[in-house]
Amino acid sequence: MSSVPRFWRSLGSRYNLEGTHCKECGEYFYPPRNVCVNCRRMGELESFKFKGTGEIVTYTLIHTAAEGFENQAPYTLAIIKLDEGPQLTSQVIGDPDKIQIGTRVKSVFRKLGEDGDRGMIYYGTKFIPADA
Amino acid sequence: MRDVAIIGIKNTKFGELWERSLRDIVVEAGIGAIEDTSVSGKDIDALYVGNMSGGRFVDQEHIGALIADYSGLSRNLHVPATRVEAACASGGLALRQAIMSVASGYSDIVVAAGAEKMTDVGSEEAASALAAAADREWEGMAGATFPGLYAMIAKLHMHRYGTTSEQLAEVAVKNHKNGCFNPIAQYKNKITVDDVLNSIMVADPLHIFDCSPITDGASALVLAPADVAHKYTDTPIYIKATAQASDTLALHDRRDITTLDATVMAAKRAYSMAKLKPEDIDLVEVHDCFTIAEICAIEDLGFAEKGKGGIVTENGETAIGGRIPVNTSGGLKACGHPVGATGIKQAVEIATQLRGDAGKRQVAGAEYGMTHNVGGSGATAVIHIFSRER
Repeated sequence: MSSVPRFWRSLGSRYNLEGTHCKECGEYFYPPRNVCVNCRRMGELESFKFKGTGEIVTYTLIHTAAEGFENQAPYTLAIIKLDEGPQLTSQVIGDPDKIQIGTRVKSVFRKLGEDGDRGMIYYGTKFIPADA
Repeated sequence: MRDVAIIGIKNTKFGELWERSLRDIVVEAGIGAIEDTSVSGKDIDALYVGNMSGGRFVDQEHIGALIADYSGLSRNLHVPATRVEAACASGGLALRQAIMSVASGYSDIVVAAGAEKMTDVGSEEAASALAAAADREWEGMAGATFPGLYAMIAKLHMHRYGTTSEQLAEVAVKNHKNGCFNPIAQYKNKITVDDVLNSIMVADPLHIFDCSPITDGASALVLAPADVAHKYTDTPIYIKATAQASDTLALHDRRDITTLDATVMAAKRAYSMAKLKPEDIDLVEVHDCFTIAEICAIEDLGFAEKGKGGIVTENGETAIGGRIPVNTSGGLKACGHPVGATGIKQAVEIATQLRGDAGKRQVAGAEYGMTHNVGGSGATAVIHIFSRER
C-alpha cells in the first residue's frame, strides 16, 4: 500500500461504507463511482451510506497472503453482495467453517493491514457472519 | 483494410533465466523471428512490444526504446517502437496493434514482440507486481491476491456447476503432458491429479499446481501484408480475426463471476470477423493462468457449454487428439507465463501448428487456430484467429 494520501482520501468509503447512488437510474455503487455505468454523463450521482448488510457471493481462504497481510494468513476473502445491490471484495473474519456461499454478513470496523513494523496501520471495513 | 500474414516466429526458452537480462531475451526473440524470414532490419517499419511491468520487475520503463535500441534499430534506422500494456494481455494487445498497423497501410513489415523478465525480483515482489493487474484500491487493499481472485471464481463455479478439484487438476495434468513435447517449455515433467491435489494450498480451492509459474521469456512475430507474404516466407500464416473487449477492472463488479464477459464479447467479434464458428477451430491456446481460467475460457469461447468445462476436460476432449486440443504448447501452466510474452507465444504456437512444425505435439491437419489472452481477472480479453490458407 505504502501511500498515506492514497488511503486517506478514501477514508469515508473505507471506514463508513460510503458509496454513490445515481438519482437518474437508481443504481447504487460501492466502491463509489463518479460516472454512472448506465447513464454515463446523463447520470446524477449523490453520496450514499450503505447499511453494511449483505451476503457472500463467493469466497476463498487465502493461505499465501498478499504483501502486508502476512500475519493474518490464512484469511477469508469474499465477494459480498450488499443488500442495496453492489458487490465488493472484503475479508470475512471468524470461523472459516461457518462461511459459505449465501451466508448473511454484516460490516465491522477492523484493522486491514500495515506497512511493515514501523509504517502506517490501515483500518477499514471487514465483515462477520450476521448471526455472530 | 489489408489482409495480414505472419511471416516469422520465434520464442526464447521459457524459464528462470538467471544469466540473461530483459534486453538479452527480447533481442534473441526479435532477431530469431526476423531470421525466420528473408526480411532485413532496414525493411522494418515499426515495432510493438508487450510488456506488463518492466518498472516493477526490472525497474525499467521506456521498454519500446530499449528494445529498438538493443535490436540495432535505433541509432541508424530510427524505427518507431511502442510498448503496449494490458497486464497479462500485453502480448496479445501488442500483436493486435501490429496487425492494425499493417492492415491500415501505415506500415508494411512490423515486428510484434512480447517479453517479461520476472526473476530479477523475489517471488513476493513479483506477486505484488502481478496483483497490480487487479484493482489495487478495492481488491488489493482488502488483501486480494491473484490466486485469491481466481479461487473465488473457482469456488462459485464448483458450487453452481459441480466442477471438482480433480477436474481442475486435469487441466494442469494435460498441460504438463503437452509441455513435455515443447522444447521451450519451463516444465517438461508429467504430473498426476494427486500431485496437484497434494501440492500446497495457495487460495482454496487452488493449489500451487493449479497456478501458472513465474517465468522469464520473450517471443516475437514478424507481420507483412498478405499480398506480399510469399516474398518473405514459404509458409505464411494468415490473420483471420483480431478482437478485443473490456470488462470491469474488479472481479466483484462483473455481471457473472464465473463468466468472463470480455472473453465472450471478444470471441463473438472474432468469430464474426473470421466468418467462423467454434466448431471450425482446430486448436486453441487459452489463457490458463490458473486451471479454473482454462475451464472458464473453453466455456466462454464456445468450446463447451457453460458449466461443462470441467467434464469436457476430464473426458479428454481438450487433449491433443481430442475434439478441440487446448494449449498444445503446455499453456501458461507448463510452458510458463512471462506475462508480457504470453500473448505472442500463443500466436507463435498456433503458427507452428498451422505450419505443421509442432513435432510430437502436432495437431493433425490443423487449418484454423485461435489464441485467447486475458488481462487481470478478465478486464481485458484479446482473441486472434489464424488460418493456414488465406
